[in-house]
Amino acid sequence: MSDLSVLYDAPGPRARRRNALYAVLFLAVLAGAAWWIYGRLTDRGELEWRLWEPIFTDSRLWTNFVLPGLKDTLVAAGLSMAIALPLGALLGIGRLSDHRWIRVPAGAVVEFFRAIPVLLLMLFANEAYFQWSSVTSDLRPLYAVVTGLVMYNASVLAEVVRAGVLALPRGQADAGRAIGMRKGQIMSNVLLPQAVTSMLPAIVSQLVVIVKDTALGGQLVQYTELRSTIGDIDNNFVSLLAAFTLITVIYVVLNFLLTSFAGWLEGRIRRGKRGTGAVLSTTTTDEMDVAGDVPGPPRLGKGPDTRT
Amino acid sequence: MLDFSFLDLDEYDLFGAFWMTVQLTVASAIGSLIWGTVLAAMRVSPVPVMRAFGTLYINIVRNIPLTIVIVACAQVLAFRLEITLGAGPDIDDRNFRLAVLGLVAYTSTFVCEALRSGINTVPVGQAEAARALGLNFTQVLRLVVLPQAYRSVVAPLANVLIALTKNTTVAMAIGVAEAAFLMNEMIENEARPLEIGVLFAAGFILLTLPSGLLLGRLARKLAVKR
Repeated sequence: MSDLSVLYDAPGPRARRRNALYAVLFLAVLAGAAWWIYGRLTDRGELEWRLWEPIFTDSRLWTNFVLPGLKDTLVAAGLSMAIALPLGALLGIGRLSDHRWIRVPAGAVVEFFRAIPVLLLMLFANEAYFQWSSVTSDLRPLYAVVTGLVMYNASVLAEVVRAGVLALPRGQADAGRAIGMRKGQIMSNVLLPQAVTSMLPAIVSQLVVIVKDTALGGQLVQYTELRSTIGDIDNNFVSLLAAFTLITVIYVVLNFLLTSFAGWLEGRIRRGKRGTGAVLSTTTTDEMDVAGDVPGPPRLGKGPDTRT
Repeated sequence: MLDFSFLDLDEYDLFGAFWMTVQLTVASAIGSLIWGTVLAAMRVSPVPVMRAFGTLYINIVRNIPLTIVIVACAQVLAFRLEITLGAGPDIDDRNFRLAVLGLVAYTSTFVCEALRSGINTVPVGQAEAARALGLNFTQVLRLVVLPQAYRSVVAPLANVLIALTKNTTVAMAIGVAEAAFLMNEMIENEARPLEIGVLFAAGFILLTLPSGLLLGRLARKLAVKR
């Protein structure tokens, strides 16, 4: 039921009048809420232009705070993705292994780190680096943030890899076996190359989750990412509300671009003639894992639920 | 190897902290289920303005880090605009309410998307049959489509609930005394990261694993066989 207009008939004259009435009422409620917030804001002088002006006129706001913060956010997110991806691939392939002594530990690791909040992992990593390593104190926040994110996202990406391999038609592995390939060869020459294509959208949308999660690091382990610059911007240039608005807009635009890119990739792969056309939906790995659970290893061939 | 002798339950209110996590989770879960359903109804409604609002809300709120949502609730709403959600002078109570507000605003977008994907699993014929009987939009949704959609989204909603449980830790950013808040305090005082890490990891696994298993079983039981 992807075309949701099936829920209602094509509106006739009465329905159209009623819909227009609903639209007007809804807009009135929205306008009322907006008016109330506007009154509240002007009462407290939050909307005075001088409190917002530096965003557009003062380049120091950008060069000293926003851009370095954005850079740190992207560095942490990029590093985490670069380290978590191979680790996740190993864990995911491990979970598909025929050997129980590989499959069970890999599964345990994945389930363990998926059940723990990223925040706790960061706190733990920060203290662990402090006590048991010689990482300098100015590098420690980055290490802590990246370690926490890698531990969590490697286990999420392991599930992506597993789902990607399981989503391939059963015939692919059968054909590999039929021409005498060994298990490792089937995985590395047949299954993985195709799975990578189908996983790309899911991986890109996992980047959105990582970018959002870097914001935890600023609060707790004093990593100087984008969110943590809000305080500095507020102290030096504009009002707190303006600082929050600016940073929020940057996050929304960045993540919206990533999400759109993932959607575009998904559509492109779906339409493509090469490959199997199997694709992991961008929603399968969303933080909230909307598309549901991935079927277990015994059900090879029956792919995971990849509806969008 | 692990030495838990530092753990003094009179000094560290471990059960109180996890009880706070549970309270945050339950309050936010109820709130986001309601608001998420309203958003989902808007997104499939015949009124274009409501559809546009739903889409806009979800695309914006989903892309903001939860940390920003919750910190903004405390700093902008409470301190600057003095919107305290009817909380008294008690600062703990106020922070709790603000944290729930932030969690509801954020989590409801995922509830809405889960519900919408659930609506997508209901066969077209169901809605067509309902319309053929002369039911209007609200009746189609309320009597035919949503009851089936809810059944098929138990599994995705369970995942949202588990993610929500983990996300409540972000409330420590505005000083709600839940599990992560206590963990931070303990790690600073005791310098025993491994023991403390194991302790809190176990706590969260105890919280998320049973609800995941239970809801997974419920999902299989409720799912509409097609």
